[in-house]
Amino acid sequence: MVEAVSIVPTPALLKGETGDWELVIGLEVHAQVTSNSKLFSGAATDFGSEPNSQVSLVDAAFPGMLPVINEFCVEQAVRTGLGIEAEINLRSVFDRKNYFYPDLPAGYQISQYKQPIVGEGMVHVDLPDGSVRSVGIERLHLEQDAGKSLHDQHPKNTYVDLNRSGIALMEIVSKPDMRSGEEAGAYVRKLRTILRYLGTCDGNMEQGSLRCDVNVSVRKPGDKLGTRCEIKNVNSVRYLQQAVDYESRRQIEELEAGRPIKQETRLYDANTGTTRSMRSKEEAHDYRYFPDPDLQPLQLTADYVARIKATLPELPDAKRARLESELRIAPYQARVLVAEKESADYFEAFVAAVAKRTGKPLQDIGQDCANVVVTELFGILNKEGKPIEASPISADALASLQALKMDGTISGPTAKKVFEEMFATGKDAAAIVEEKGLKQVSDTGALEALVDKVIAENPKQVEQFRGGKETVITFFIGQIMKLSRGTANPGLLNELLKKKLQG
Amino acid sequence: MADLCDLTLAEARDGIRAKKFSSAELTRAHVDAMISARPLNAFISETPVIAKAMADESDKRIARGEARALEGLPLAIKDLFCTKGVRTTAASHILEPFVPTYESTVTSKLWADGAVMLGKANLDEFAMGSSNETSYFGPVENPWRKPGDNRARVPGGSSGGSAAAVAARFALGATGTDTGGSIRQPAAFCGIAGIKPTYGRCSRWGIVAFASSLDQAGPMARTVKDCAILLRSMSGFDPKDSTSVDMPVPDYEKALTGNIKGLKVGIPEEYRVDGMPAEIDAMWRRGADWLKAAGAIIKPVKLLLTTYALPTYYIVAPAECSSNLARYDGVRFGLRTKGDDLTGMYEGTRGEGFGREVRRRILIGTYVLSAGYYDAYYLKAQRVRALIARDFANAFNEVDVLLTPTAPSSAFARGEKSADPIAMYLNDVFTVPASLAGLPGMSVPAGLSSDGLPLGLQLIGRAYDEETVLRTAAVLEEAAQFEARPPVWWKQ
Repeated sequence: MVEAVSIVPTPALLKGETGDWELVIGLEVHAQVTSNSKLFSGAATDFGSEPNSQVSLVDAAFPGMLPVINEFCVEQAVRTGLGIEAEINLRSVFDRKNYFYPDLPAGYQISQYKQPIVGEGMVHVDLPDGSVRSVGIERLHLEQDAGKSLHDQHPKNTYVDLNRSGIALMEIVSKPDMRSGEEAGAYVRKLRTILRYLGTCDGNMEQGSLRCDVNVSVRKPGDKLGTRCEIKNVNSVRYLQQAVDYESRRQIEELEAGRPIKQETRLYDANTGTTRSMRSKEEAHDYRYFPDPDLQPLQLTADYVARIKATLPELPDAKRARLESELRIAPYQARVLVAEKESADYFEAFVAAVAKRTGKPLQDIGQDCANVVVTELFGILNKEGKPIEASPISADALASLQALKMDGTISGPTAKKVFEEMFATGKDAAAIVEEKGLKQVSDTGALEALVDKVIAENPKQVEQFRGGKETVITFFIGQIMKLSRGTANPGLLNELLKKKLQG
Repeated sequence: MADLCDLTLAEARDGIRAKKFSSAELTRAHVDAMISARPLNAFISETPVIAKAMADESDKRIARGEARALEGLPLAIKDLFCTKGVRTTAASHILEPFVPTYESTVTSKLWADGAVMLGKANLDEFAMGSSNETSYFGPVENPWRKPGDNRARVPGGSSGGSAAAVAARFALGATGTDTGGSIRQPAAFCGIAGIKPTYGRCSRWGIVAFASSLDQAGPMARTVKDCAILLRSMSGFDPKDSTSVDMPVPDYEKALTGNIKGLKVGIPEEYRVDGMPAEIDAMWRRGADWLKAAGAIIKPVKLLLTTYALPTYYIVAPAECSSNLARYDGVRFGLRTKGDDLTGMYEGTRGEGFGREVRRRILIGTYVLSAGYYDAYYLKAQRVRALIARDFANAFNEVDVLLTPTAPSSAFARGEKSADPIAMYLNDVFTVPASLAGLPGMSVPAGLSSDGLPLGLQLIGRAYDEETVLRTAAVLEEAAQFEARPPVWWKQ
């Protein structure tokens, strides 16, 4: 693991009537485990299927049905734990969390209460100013998802869809280490990136694969932690920031008006951007947790953990550090490149293909390749609202273009045009260059003829140049580029022009 | 031909194989006996049509020379085992309309070995009870009566229907389940044999759960050998039950060598509880003498925590039950009563669907798991449970098997204890400790009480050592020569 260089951000304080307030945020993220089957049954987990089409007798809690742990989900949890630098608990226990609700068929959720599978860890969160906030992880545990109650299908009755019932979730609980909505948002983004690198959660917030509950409290700087409120139903990074902003303002107003904060669960309303009380601490459920007698404690071996560790992919922090040190890419671009696993994969495939085609070492081509991807490719993809996976130019195709540019076959400006053409048509770079005759003219004889022609046709400008106004050379370059349709080798052209004009 | 219903399961098996009679004949005899024994109320559902089809299939197999271990043998199935296409009620109103689409692992194994299903046997509601009086489908009556006293006596519980069916000879054997004594105590009350194997021996998959960490299926039959034959078919690892044990299943019948020379038999003095009738104490001593005469070494052992077993059990079992029975909520299957809102539907369904004893245990269980009480009750009970298991482990360093009475009394009269739950719970005082420790326990008929009712002795063995338990039980059985039969009063 490459240690991130930590520049600890200074907490942004909120101004109140009575002075500055510090905001303290902790998050509980529910991440749906990427797995073809559920945590304790063999039922499928495809999103968007017909209601109640992916339900086994275990998921519907029929009499006599018993849960059997899905080993792949355990592996995914361990992999995630290792990815957030956490300790793996070799012994963990599944508990029952008891409460009644129609979409909870057994009347209890199988979760992990006192002995989770993953203990303390750390996520390094990159903030826009380049600083890094290290957010502690309290724990990660495995649990089942509930089904879905559908209240809008019938005027009086509620329908229940159990497709989601029993799907494996990882609840990842952070320490109260964040100090602004922005930091909380950045934490979720970073966690999502790590999960996606690991392949343990697809991070799709719209489909509910990643959901957050936020704990917010405020305090005067230096004071002990204030009373917190838990905000539920926060299902996008934007909402998260809104919810935190609203809730922190609300708490400051309450405190400054002399009303103490009551510990409670609040609901975020995305329509109004506000939070409202859902239930107080007194109304909280008594879940009557106890170890699930249908399941043995989960016992892992150090070997098992080591085997999983050996298969971990390079994670964003390490990749970024390597891009900076080995490929000599500037920090900003390195950060952009690693933010999505797909972007990073694309870039790495691209740069490797360029190295192969040109025979040049990575450190010499890294920055230039980064520029092409971050500026050109991401630029046009963003404009068209397409993800990298939908890029019409493959990493290899882009590499062929880059190689043509690097070996002087085409000029930089031509490369840009060819790039646009490739993006629009999906055609191969070499074919476009060939078809449109865009090959850079590096033949001295051919260029000389053009130079002579333009000098002969523009005596006035020649006069000016010779009179000391050397900037007029750009006029000549422009004219020749126009005549050559941009194919003239700029270096050679410059050299020839100077020689002839001074001649 | 002798009455086919008088045969033991082993004799019937051998007779079928020797083609002395067909499974159809054997089954027919039992179905007729079952129908004539309806006054006992031992069955919730009779399945004579299924029985006939299974028997015919067995006869075809026998004709082809493909007889399996239990080919053509009619059995009663406790109505706690889910049976595909056959209503499974757990003797509860809340499951009254429930027809499973699946077959429990244990019954699947029995059918795979050729057994024939006679019907679904009555039990205490959700297996909660020691007298079979809590069944929504009415109490089972013990075929035994006190001479000169026509009052109905309880068959014990919770596997009361299974025990009565076997004792009254309309099933060759039966499945039972035992959480705190539900196989052993009714076996003792009805004068038959029954073994609760080690926790994990039989799969719990498809058995309606009462207390998951204690529930265990086992056979009930008229002889130890019959139990051994049935247990072999019922046992085995099941990947669908995470608590089932992945160990080879021995041929238990072969374990019945009759030889217990040098076997060390422990007598736990703590089981000599206050108020235990003298005749039970006497029978216990007689049992020890029989084993001694057969060459065993009798040793006193200490099980100091015995008195804590019952209170521990009545915390752990209700706690698990309160959670296990949460699924009966009227939403997906079983009974649903209409309510004005969700809470109304829940309250109506569960209030109407569960009987008094089940409601009592759900409430006790909910209480002991509640915030503020968990440590004092549930957690402490778990600790005591671990200590009780250690007590047994220590005793088994010194002896190979333990001998105790099965129950502190003979079958009591119906209604005698139903108003006093504590008196009822005390029935399990000798069976509960082995349940808490997960150990195999077996009841063998040992004689009649002074008032003419059967009494049983219990053998408790090491974990997974059902063989020693069965071998010792067979020696006891041989010595006891228990040949008494209930008077057949129900046929008039």
